[in-house]
Amino acid sequence: MIKKLKYIVDWILLTGSTVIVCVILGIILGDIFSKGASAISWDFITGLPTDGMTKGGILPAVAGTLVLTLITTLFSVPFGVACAIYLNEYAKPSVFTNIIRASIRNLAGIPSIIYGLFGLALFVQSLRLGTSVLSAGLTLGLLSLPYIITTTEEALKRIPNSMREATLALGATQFETIKDVVLPKALPGILTGVILTMSRAAGETAPILFTGVAFYINDVGTSVNQEFMALPYHLYMLSTQHQAIEQVRPLAYATAGVLILLVFLLNIIAFYIRYKYRTKD
Amino acid sequence: MDKIKLSAHRLNLHFGKKHVLKNIHIDFPNNKVTSLIGPSGCGKSTLLRSFNRMHDLSPDVKIEGDIQLDGNNIYDKKVSVTAMRKRIGMVFQKPNPLPKSIYENLSYALKLHAFPKNEIPGLIEMALKESYLWDEVKDELKKPAVKLSGGQQQRLCIARTVVLRPEVILMDEPCSALDPISSHKIEELIMSLKSNYTIVIVTHNMQQAQRISDKVAFMYLGELVEFDSSENIFKDPQKELTRNYVNGHFG
Repeated sequence: MIKKLKYIVDWILLTGSTVIVCVILGIILGDIFSKGASAISWDFITGLPTDGMTKGGILPAVAGTLVLTLITTLFSVPFGVACAIYLNEYAKPSVFTNIIRASIRNLAGIPSIIYGLFGLALFVQSLRLGTSVLSAGLTLGLLSLPYIITTTEEALKRIPNSMREATLALGATQFETIKDVVLPKALPGILTGVILTMSRAAGETAPILFTGVAFYINDVGTSVNQEFMALPYHLYMLSTQHQAIEQVRPLAYATAGVLILLVFLLNIIAFYIRYKYRTKD
Repeated sequence: MDKIKLSAHRLNLHFGKKHVLKNIHIDFPNNKVTSLIGPSGCGKSTLLRSFNRMHDLSPDVKIEGDIQLDGNNIYDKKVSVTAMRKRIGMVFQKPNPLPKSIYENLSYALKLHAFPKNEIPGLIEMALKESYLWDEVKDELKKPAVKLSGGQQQRLCIARTVVLRPEVILMDEPCSALDPISSHKIEELIMSLKSNYTIVIVTHNMQQAQRISDKVAFMYLGELVEFDSSENIFKDPQKELTRNYVNGHFG
């Protein structure tokens, strides 16, 4: 009897927690989309802002965020994956590799505003890239590196050693083994990590604040050396800095909705990749 | 006297501080099946894996002494490990087909060693026939190898080893993950392969060792206790320890 009661209490606590989390998420999403619904439309996503951003669309911010995320990915994925391969496949366990791993973990814990300052010092000033989408992308790339390295290493760790031995025993070199068996098999895990990191980078505001994001640009950029608009900063600006805050409130909510949809889309892609490869095995 | 294909001389192996193989001397005759038997942890798998340098990538393994294939030390600095592994193939305890199709599992091995493209289909068919798998898979060579049954996967792994025409095949308890019928098929396969290959097999199964081997090596706590013809080891062992083990008193 007591055992049964305990079981029921456990069930209520666990299910209750899950429900509370889901309800909070639902309220946030409901609030944003209901208040932004009047402004969200295809024209809003593909149009240029007009009348001091009180009307029109947010195309420059959408395009800026997409280009920014692309630069971030192009920079962080090759380095991150290569670094993870070195750590998991080549490096022998030693004090040195432990220090590297600990440093990477620590990097993942550094507040993003500090990456922003570092990016300002390194890319904008020392390397003379100026405040630009390139500087911001590289800064976000640095921020993403530890996540890419960690998720890739986890994906590589899940490949059983028997796979590696299979090809080594056939006379494959270690590089061939990694290229032909380990990486293809770890690809779904790596891609999932990459996409989740991208979705995180797309929503970052602090690192791009110092390195290139602009208040208002009435066009889509044509060069990586230009300043750019980005969704998270545009949202911040519309909700706190604009001269007619009350008037642009629906636009701010709609911008938040578009950003959430973008991140959602990336997560769904990650989910789909995992699902597809899991059923394939 | 048989021709010696593979041999170990004064072989010592340490995992860190642990002395796993102690001064092993052993000669494997050409085109014969030799079984390595002994209780768990006696070092038989470790010994087997040192014959194709599978310990190379493990940190803190120290190997002294030498292992000779046709009289040449495979641990010599000048030896190409990949070329050596083409001559000394290995089949593992758990079937480990690559996440590719049946056909690609074999063609991959051939492409690694740059076999001419036009010879590949013929070599693959021959290896699958030799491994008693051809009749079961000839119509579905494009099927993913992981879809095969455990026994079929293991025969595919043997085919993948055989397709390279090695000289020695090392087998690490190839039947231990299989059901009795599949094990029986693998045993038959081993018997038919020995006319062309020198086979060294690690097994826990005394009956299996008795059925398939020409020679048997009994190992205990990292030492080679007794090495003789299968008949002598099972009917008339010279050492007390061997007698107790083959009669099932411990192990």
